[in-house]
Amino acid sequence: MSKITLKNLRHSYLSHPQRDEDWALKEMSVEWSDGGAYALLGPSGCGKTTLLNIISGLVTPTQGEVWFGDVEVSHLPADKRNIAQVFQFPVVYDTMTVFDNLAFPLRNRDVNETDIDWKVREIAAMLDLSETLMKRASGLTADGKQKISLGRGLVRSDVNAIMFDEPLTVIDPHLKWILRSKLKELHQQIGNTMIYVTHDQTEALTFADQVVVMQEGEVVQIGSPVELFERPQHTFVGHFIGSPGMNVLACELDQGQPVYGGATVETTGKVAVEDPTARLEIGIRPEFISFADDGIAVSVEKVSDAGRVNIVETRHGDDVIKLLVPDGGNVPSENAFLKFDPDHTQVYANDWMVS
Amino acid sequence: MDNKTTHQKAWFFVLPVVVLVAFNAIIPLMTVVNYSVQETFGDNVFFWEGVKWFEDVLNSDRFHASLLRQLMFTGIILAIEVPLGVAIALTMPKKGPWVSVCLVFMAMPLLIPWNVVGAMWNIFALPDIGLLGHAINGMGIEYNFTRQPFAAWFTTVLMDVWHWTSLVVLLAYAGLRSIPEDYYQAAKIDGAKPWAVFLHIQLPKLKRVLTIAILLRFMDSFMIYTEPFVLTGGGPGNSTTFLSIDLVKVALGQFDLGPAAAMSLIYFLIVLLVCWVFYTLMMKNEDQ
Amino acid sequence: MKKISAVPIIYILFLMLPIYWLVNMSFKTTNEILGTFSLWPQEFTVANYVKIFTDPTWYTGYFNSLTYVGLNTVISVTVALPAAYAFSRFRFLGDKHLFFWLLTNRMAPPAVFALPFFQLYSAIELFDTPLAVALAHCLFNIPLAVWILEGFMSGVPKELDETAYVDGYPFWRFFIRIFLPTIAAGIGVACFFAFMFSWVELLLAKTLTSVAAKPIAATMTRTASTAGYELGLLAAAGTLTIIPGAFVIYFVRNYIAKGFALGRV
Repeated sequence: MSKITLKNLRHSYLSHPQRDEDWALKEMSVEWSDGGAYALLGPSGCGKTTLLNIISGLVTPTQGEVWFGDVEVSHLPADKRNIAQVFQFPVVYDTMTVFDNLAFPLRNRDVNETDIDWKVREIAAMLDLSETLMKRASGLTADGKQKISLGRGLVRSDVNAIMFDEPLTVIDPHLKWILRSKLKELHQQIGNTMIYVTHDQTEALTFADQVVVMQEGEVVQIGSPVELFERPQHTFVGHFIGSPGMNVLACELDQGQPVYGGATVETTGKVAVEDPTARLEIGIRPEFISFADDGIAVSVEKVSDAGRVNIVETRHGDDVIKLLVPDGGNVPSENAFLKFDPDHTQVYANDWMVS
Repeated sequence: MDNKTTHQKAWFFVLPVVVLVAFNAIIPLMTVVNYSVQETFGDNVFFWEGVKWFEDVLNSDRFHASLLRQLMFTGIILAIEVPLGVAIALTMPKKGPWVSVCLVFMAMPLLIPWNVVGAMWNIFALPDIGLLGHAINGMGIEYNFTRQPFAAWFTTVLMDVWHWTSLVVLLAYAGLRSIPEDYYQAAKIDGAKPWAVFLHIQLPKLKRVLTIAILLRFMDSFMIYTEPFVLTGGGPGNSTTFLSIDLVKVALGQFDLGPAAAMSLIYFLIVLLVCWVFYTLMMKNEDQ
Repeated sequence: MKKISAVPIIYILFLMLPIYWLVNMSFKTTNEILGTFSLWPQEFTVANYVKIFTDPTWYTGYFNSLTYVGLNTVISVTVALPAAYAFSRFRFLGDKHLFFWLLTNRMAPPAVFALPFFQLYSAIELFDTPLAVALAHCLFNIPLAVWILEGFMSGVPKELDETAYVDGYPFWRFFIRIFLPTIAAGIGVACFFAFMFSWVELLLAKTLTSVAAKPIAATMTRTASTAGYELGLLAAAGTLTIIPGAFVIYFVRNYIAKGFALGRV
């Protein structure tokens, strides 16, 4: 087991990339510590599967290096890298039994049958597949098949890291929860590095210790779920995480303080803007806005019931500002004032946090 | 998967098809059945003969001989064309400009009128003026398909392989392309060797397509007429007289309506039976 | 260019050999063919082709063939469309049996039908017309077209029909303006196979014609059987029959894989 390091990685699927858009992965250097549970989160097309495949060896990067521990593996094929990968659609060998499916990677590596037997049974027990070992793999449900795919990765004792490429896509919702917990449990039991690609923030935030947020080929932020929520470094992270996402409002700067709605907005942190021509915005999550007697003037447009809270949509000029009011709280009917919590108000220049 | 609505008015939609096909199928078949149980000496006078023609045909050496030849022929070409077609499909490029080029060239034999196929191979294999004939004789092997039964068989089989293997290739290729890349990637990570990949991933996924290919090749080779007829005329002698060729000789050549009709029905029934067996097996595979 | 394995190349060369030989012969005189053996014409001549283009007995053969093939393709696909729609969207009395019965006609040996067709089409006085051949070929082309089209149509979600219905489209307008364009690829594939099987089939085509509607095949075999093998002419005639096929394949090359992928040949 070892640390995975990506140095100056850049990848394009075109043979002669010219412009920025031709690069599927823009320049990045990332370290993945040994035994960590990571999520790669981002919208479709942001490059997360590309990144995953580069780490696992199914894709060779156009530029940059991949290191496992002290060994450079950038050009090493996937079967030599001691990794396992679980794909979006269950990959099982239909003609074989569940037992033979799990044994397949070991048989290909000439492990003797006694070892294979107890290893397969051990993994099957971990995954609750013991009952079905002698059944034909093609007869299992989707979640059973994904467990087999996962199992094939776990049987190998030489596996450093396990990659997951949106593995719960085809699973029924009520089983998703069970499988997710299982994965977390497995991670604690076995301790391999696990990298989990998804576009679903709930999956990412519940599974991972560290989340890598990507957008358009760039790593936008790496942090724990709490960090991402409280201090999103990029407006995209603010949008994407949280439901509803962060409010992003265009603002101006006046003597180092952001100005919105004609009034200065308090922020706890210091604002440091280097580029005077940058596009400035304030970001604040609906959780940290409240109604007040004074502040930013808005008109109340809509109230949606979201269970324990109500999502209130208000309007200030052209901007829609959303805030959360606990169920039973007081919601003014037409005009009101909003107050932003200074601890959680961030300022962004060209989408990047500067406060 | 069945979310169809029950709608008896659908019969109007299928009516034109039913009319056209029934016209071509039922009326002639009724005629054939009619002839198969009667005897005629001309002038449209018929005598009931019952199952006499069927007995005659089923007991006739001539019929046995041509049936045997047909079975041998079909067996040989299936054994060659199916594995060969799959093997070629496995080596074809998956994407890129070469794909269209390959597909276009490989499809060409399929669109040549069957008599031209026969004529082309006739010219190609003749000992003095044909490239193949000249080449084989040039190697010291005596080869003349108009005189030697073995040479006639060899040429006919080679012609059929040339003509129809592409069908198997195209079907198998399409089947292979439908296998998601994930399977190959997972197999790579599992450390599977190429033979294991073929056995455990490609072959199972090709099952449906292969069944169709085998079924089609069986049917079409069992009914083959024009190409061998133009190539060898059924000869030398009757060494390459397959079922259809024999039937046409009896029906249109000799105008023996009764025996021809009986033979037709037996012929049709054999084809239907084998197809039905295959179709059932295929459907059974689907349900699994 | 990505590298290509040698196997497909060798196979293609094997496929082109007899064709090359045919084309080679078509540019030689019959005397040269019988006299000397050479890999390319010593005395290149287009006389054979000239003869075909100028002699009515020859070029009418092509017209006749193309006529009945065209007719058949149009008839087969046109009637197959509503039928395929019915099989795809509706359940009705006897539908599974009807579908199976249609398929069995594809399995019918043409030899079985040679004599009965001869009598049938003579009786309705269509003997020796392109229409007779076009109709006769419907026996196996219609089931094929229905099979192919049904496959493509089943891939279109029923919601499309229902939306149009709710939007108030009269059925025929929906069918022609919305549905058919959606399965355009399927129609192309069906037309291709109908064309193909009608173009290549010759037993029935010869049986049902004699003089007026004689297809090119009959003209060619007549040449071969008369004394004085006009080999060069035969070769030229054969080469010309390959051309329509080559054209058609070229135009549908992108759909060939797709059509076969449905596994519905």
